[in-house]
Amino acid sequence: MSEKVLMKGNEAIAEAAILAGCRHYFGYPITPQTEIAAYMAKRMPKIGGTFLQAESEIAAINMVYGVSAAGKRVMTSSSSPGISLKGEGISYLAGADLPALVVNVQRGGPGLGGIQPSQSDYFQATRGGGHGDYHMIVLAPASVQEMAEFTVRGFELADQYRMTAMILADGTMGQMMEPVSLDLHVAPMPEKPWATTGTRMQRPHNIVNSLYLVPEVLERSNFERYERYRTVEENETMYESYRMEDAEICIAAFGIAARVSKNAINAARAEGIRVGMIRPQTLWPFPSAPFRAAADRVRCMISVELSMGQMIEDVRLAAECRVPVYLCNRVGGMIPEPEQILAAIREAAKTGGNKQ
Amino acid sequence: MIVFQKPKSLADVPLHYCPGCTHGIVHRLVAEVIDELGIEGRTIGIAPVGCSVMAYDYFNCDMIEAAHGRAPAVATGVKRADPEHHIVFTYQGDGDLASIGMAETVHAAARNENITVIFINNAIYGMTGGQMAPTSLPGQVTQTSPYGRDVKQCGYPVKVCEMLAELEGPEYLERVTVNSVKNVKNAKKAIKKAFQNQLDGKGFSLVEVLSSCPTNWGMTPQKALQWIDEKMIPYYPLGVYKDRSAGTEVSK
Amino acid sequence: MAKLTFRTDLCKGCGLCVDACPRQVLRLAADKINKKGHHPVEAADEAACIGCAFCATMCPDCIIQVER
Repeated sequence: MSEKVLMKGNEAIAEAAILAGCRHYFGYPITPQTEIAAYMAKRMPKIGGTFLQAESEIAAINMVYGVSAAGKRVMTSSSSPGISLKGEGISYLAGADLPALVVNVQRGGPGLGGIQPSQSDYFQATRGGGHGDYHMIVLAPASVQEMAEFTVRGFELADQYRMTAMILADGTMGQMMEPVSLDLHVAPMPEKPWATTGTRMQRPHNIVNSLYLVPEVLERSNFERYERYRTVEENETMYESYRMEDAEICIAAFGIAARVSKNAINAARAEGIRVGMIRPQTLWPFPSAPFRAAADRVRCMISVELSMGQMIEDVRLAAECRVPVYLCNRVGGMIPEPEQILAAIREAAKTGGNKQ
Repeated sequence: MIVFQKPKSLADVPLHYCPGCTHGIVHRLVAEVIDELGIEGRTIGIAPVGCSVMAYDYFNCDMIEAAHGRAPAVATGVKRADPEHHIVFTYQGDGDLASIGMAETVHAAARNENITVIFINNAIYGMTGGQMAPTSLPGQVTQTSPYGRDVKQCGYPVKVCEMLAELEGPEYLERVTVNSVKNVKNAKKAIKKAFQNQLDGKGFSLVEVLSSCPTNWGMTPQKALQWIDEKMIPYYPLGVYKDRSAGTEVSK
Repeated sequence: MAKLTFRTDLCKGCGLCVDACPRQVLRLAADKINKKGHHPVEAADEAACIGCAFCATMCPDCIIQVER
C-alpha cells in the first residue's frame, strides 16, 4: 500500500498529468478549475515543462494542437463555457487524429450560467461538441483517486487511439479534498512516426491535416476513424457495479451524482428496498451492455443527474424500452440531496416500473 | 552554370493558384530561404485557411494545417514542444491573420513568440470568391462591398505592421511587396531576416507581403501588379516598422 | 549566351515573365496550348537572353530554369 497524500481533485489531475509525462499545459482562467492552471504554473518551470496562459480558450486548444502535432503529451483544462470555445479545436484534433487530454470541470449553464457544479455538458462531451462525425473518450471520475488515475489513463488512451480524451468532472469533484495515492503506473508513450518534428532529412515530410477535398477520401477517413472507435467501444468501456446482484431498481449515475446516490442506496437497502447502481466511468464509450443486462432483471431505472436529463437518453437506449427510466435531477449548480434520491427510490419501489 | 532553378524545399507539384497570383512567388522565396539557411529538416510550417490552405502540399518540410486564424497559436505549441530544434513558420492571408485570427496574431507578437510569420495581404478573401477583407481598401469593390467599401458602415482597413509596432513584444516587422523584380529581391531579404531572427532566438518576426489577386480584383496579372503600386502602397507603405535588434522602432 | 528551360506544362500563361524581361526574349505562344489549357511561355529570341533571371524571379509557378 503506497503512501497517500491529501489533495484537491483539480490538483490531483495536474500532478497525475505531470506523472504521465505531460510537460505542456495551456489554459485560460475560468472558475472552477483554476487550481489546475495554478498548479501547472508552479510546477512546470521547475521540471523543464511549459505552462502558458493563453489569450483565450481558442488559442489554448490550438497550442495543444501544435504540441500534439509535434508528438508530445499535452493538456488543457477549462470549464463549460470555455469548453464550448475549445469545440472548434477539438474537432480539428479529431480530424487530424491528434491525441490530447482536455479537462472539463463543469459548471451550470447554458450561457455564462453559474460557477457551481453541474453535469449538463454530457451531450457536448459524449456527442463530440464540435462539428463533424467524431467522438472523444470521456472519463468520469467519482473520487480524487479517480481524478488522478483517469488522467493517466486519458493520456494513454489518447495516444493509443489518436483521440482526444476528456476528463468530465464538476466543481465538486475539482474542489473536493481526499487522500490519494500517486503511485500510478504509466504505460510508455507509443512511437509517433506521424508527428511533425522536422524531417531531419531522413524521411518524407509529414503533414498534419484535416482537409480532404475529395469526398471519397474524406469518407474513407471517417470510416477508418469509426473502425478505431469500435475498437475503443469493445476494449475501453469502464463502469462500476454497486449492489446490483439482487437489485430490482437500478440507479444510473456518474461523478458526484453517483457519490450521493450511494448514500441513498444504502439508506433504501436499510428499508428493505433492493436497489443498486451502475456507475459509468466512461461516458463515451457508454457501458450499454450492463444496462441492457440489468434491464432484463430490474423493474425500473432511475437516472440521477445534475442536468435536465442527458445521460438518461443513453440509459434508455441501452435498456431498449424494456423498463421505464425515471429522472431524478437538480440543475443550475444544485446537487440532489440523498433524501431526494431516496424519495425517488421509494416512489419507484411502490409504484414504478414493471411488475415482477 | 545554373543561375536560377526551383528551390529544393519547394515541392515538385503544380500549384493550384490562379494565373499570375503572387502566392507562388512568396512560396518560392520562403523555400529559397529554407534552402539557403539549411533548415529544411528542422522546419515545420503552418498553413492557414484561405487560398494557401494547401500550402502543406507545396513545401518539403513537415507541415501542419491549422484552423482558420489559429496558426500563431499552433505555431506556439510546435515551437514550445522543442524550442532548440524546431524552426516554425506560419503562412497566413489577411482574413486569417487580421480578421478571425487577430487575437492569436497580436498575442503571439506580444509574447515575442520565437516564430516567423509570413503575412499575405491581398486586400480580399480569395478562396471564397472575393469578399471584403479586413485589409480591403476604402472604396474597394468586392462581392460583399459591391458599392465599394464604405468606411462609415464597415470601418477602416487594418494596418497590421503599424498596429503591431505599437507593442513592446515583437522583434521584427516589415512590409514588402512582390510586384517587381526589385521588390521581390527585397521581399526575400526580409523573409530571410525573419527566419534568421528565429535561428538567433530574437523572437516574433512578421513579414507582410502586399500581394495580388488578379482573379478577384478583376484585372490582368500585369494590371494587378500596377494596382499594388498605385493603390495599395500609398495606403500600406513599405518598410521596416520594427527591428528591435537594429534599434528601429518605426522607419517612417 | 544563356539557356532557358521551361516546365511548359506547369505554365499558366500569366505573362509576368514576358513583362519582366528587359530584352523582350519571351512571348506567350499563341499557337500552342499546354496540358493546363494555357498558351505557355516560349523564348522568341533566346540568343538575346542575358541570363538575368528576371523572368524566373517573377514566375509564380517556378517553371523557368536559367543557365549562363
